[in-house]
Amino acid sequence: MTEYPFREKELELIPKDQLEELQLSRLKTTLSRALKTDFYRQRLIPLGIDSPEAIHSLADLQSIPFTTKEDLRIAFPYGLLAVPLEETVRLHASSGTTGTPTVIYHTKRDIAAWSDLVARSLMAAGCTKRDVFQNMMTYGLFTGGLGLHYGAEELGMLVIPAGPGNTLRQFKLMKDFKTTVVHATPSYMLHMYDKLGEAEVNRADLHIRKAIVGGEPHSEDIRRKIEELWGIEVYNCYGLSEMNGPGVAFECIERSGPHLWEDSYIVEIIDPHTLEPLPPGETGELVLTTLRREATPLIRYRTRDLSSILPDPCPCGRTHRRISRIKGRTDDMLIINGVNVFPSQIEEVLMRMKEVGNNYQIVVEKSGALDKLTVKTEVTPEIFSDDARDLNAIREKIRENLKASISISPVVELHEPGILPAWEGKAKRVIDIREKSV
Amino acid sequence: MIIKQISIFLENVAGRLAEVTKLLAKHEINLRAMTIADTADFGILRIVVDQPDKALKVLRDGGFTAKTTEVLAVEVEDRPGGLAKVMEIFQQNHVNIEYLYVSLEKNKDKAVVIFKVEDLKLGQKIVEEHGLGGKVSL
Repeated sequence: MTEYPFREKELELIPKDQLEELQLSRLKTTLSRALKTDFYRQRLIPLGIDSPEAIHSLADLQSIPFTTKEDLRIAFPYGLLAVPLEETVRLHASSGTTGTPTVIYHTKRDIAAWSDLVARSLMAAGCTKRDVFQNMMTYGLFTGGLGLHYGAEELGMLVIPAGPGNTLRQFKLMKDFKTTVVHATPSYMLHMYDKLGEAEVNRADLHIRKAIVGGEPHSEDIRRKIEELWGIEVYNCYGLSEMNGPGVAFECIERSGPHLWEDSYIVEIIDPHTLEPLPPGETGELVLTTLRREATPLIRYRTRDLSSILPDPCPCGRTHRRISRIKGRTDDMLIINGVNVFPSQIEEVLMRMKEVGNNYQIVVEKSGALDKLTVKTEVTPEIFSDDARDLNAIREKIRENLKASISISPVVELHEPGILPAWEGKAKRVIDIREKSV
Repeated sequence: MIIKQISIFLENVAGRLAEVTKLLAKHEINLRAMTIADTADFGILRIVVDQPDKALKVLRDGGFTAKTTEVLAVEVEDRPGGLAKVMEIFQQNHVNIEYLYVSLEKNKDKAVVIFKVEDLKLGQKIVEEHGLGGKVSL
């Protein structure tokens, strides 16, 4: 039987009713902290929510409005600060290159709670204090570097604060100090592997056994690819600066979706269009409430990340539910004839079909009063047939599979390879020309 | 006789066909027959050339999606009823035709017609039995 490591075993295996009790009591604390901020006082008191007593059950959370990224901008810089400034010890901020930045403050206890959560996460992923941890994430205002750094130290790992880039130096550090666990973006893991030869580094001379990856959405295929290339285990880490940073959800050694730490956050999935809650299994926008943060409490924060709550329990026994890999951003969502369609759903269907090449393009336009969705795909040399009927059959199969996934029937076009934007890179794969064609 | 035909997936954009002919010309490949099957958003160009293996490589290297298909080249008398006679033979012997087109090749008073048939072996057998394809040299 698999031996699952736990750092806070009782809390990680807490029965659901006790977890909900804990959440309710912490939610009340969060609400009372929020009511110390200018932002939430202005928003909640007119709604009659003027004390934690306004909440009697977890269901009452639904009566509190959402908090958005825009709200964080409005509240900048001190509108969401719930403690006197002298109690804060750190802030993390978005760069704000596109408008007002956002800021999250932390007290000493906030940093400790966050570090504990990351330490718990790392241990769930099978890391121990005997590991040498090379942190290749950016340090600074971005939370990825410092978040894992503090958590790894808390666990007792030997931390190498390498920061990102400079691949040759990364290899040297890995060799010199026998690094066993790294933290990097998935694309950097692939990049480093490509550079092994050029750097004249032999994989066998490295001791790496695990990688924690985060910072950018990636597919299960990419994870498998990194695992196979390096011969290591790759763990999916989810977090966002508004919720501290990394460590909001983390995979255990089952590597089958990250556990969202429900003693520290309340998780909801909503339809980003209607804002109605969605049941487990359905994909929608992830909404999170902080349960432990003192300095900057956030209630029902709309992350704009698309995910779903996995309905089945994990074999590890943790009662903290798992979420699916992030499937994209709500900003990417298309509403086509009233139906929410995520480009990632279309990509998933196409990638699953061996008949289709890697490249595709999605075009939405007006056709009379209705929206028309066209999915352009590639005819690879492998599937090209001299017979137009075969090609039409492939097109029909793509259309049917897409319809089964997104509930609307697209027009499917077949194109020559090389015509559509390349799969990797910043190519624009979604073109919405509805406004122009009205 | 059985010959190699090259089929090319053609994007429905202006100038794409010209790119094919230009590429073949550059490599001195001679076109002997061609036809286009057209749908709303793509076409399938079918050609018969003097050097099919070289043409396939040149086209693929040039970024085209192409493949070879085996077809029947059949001699048809160039006079009223010539094709009708061949069609009758095919019909009687259950040789189902998917498509056909005419080549530039001409042996005296006979035209060469390219047939894509459902059952190539059967087609070839019938062609041979009826002396329809012996002298074709494409």
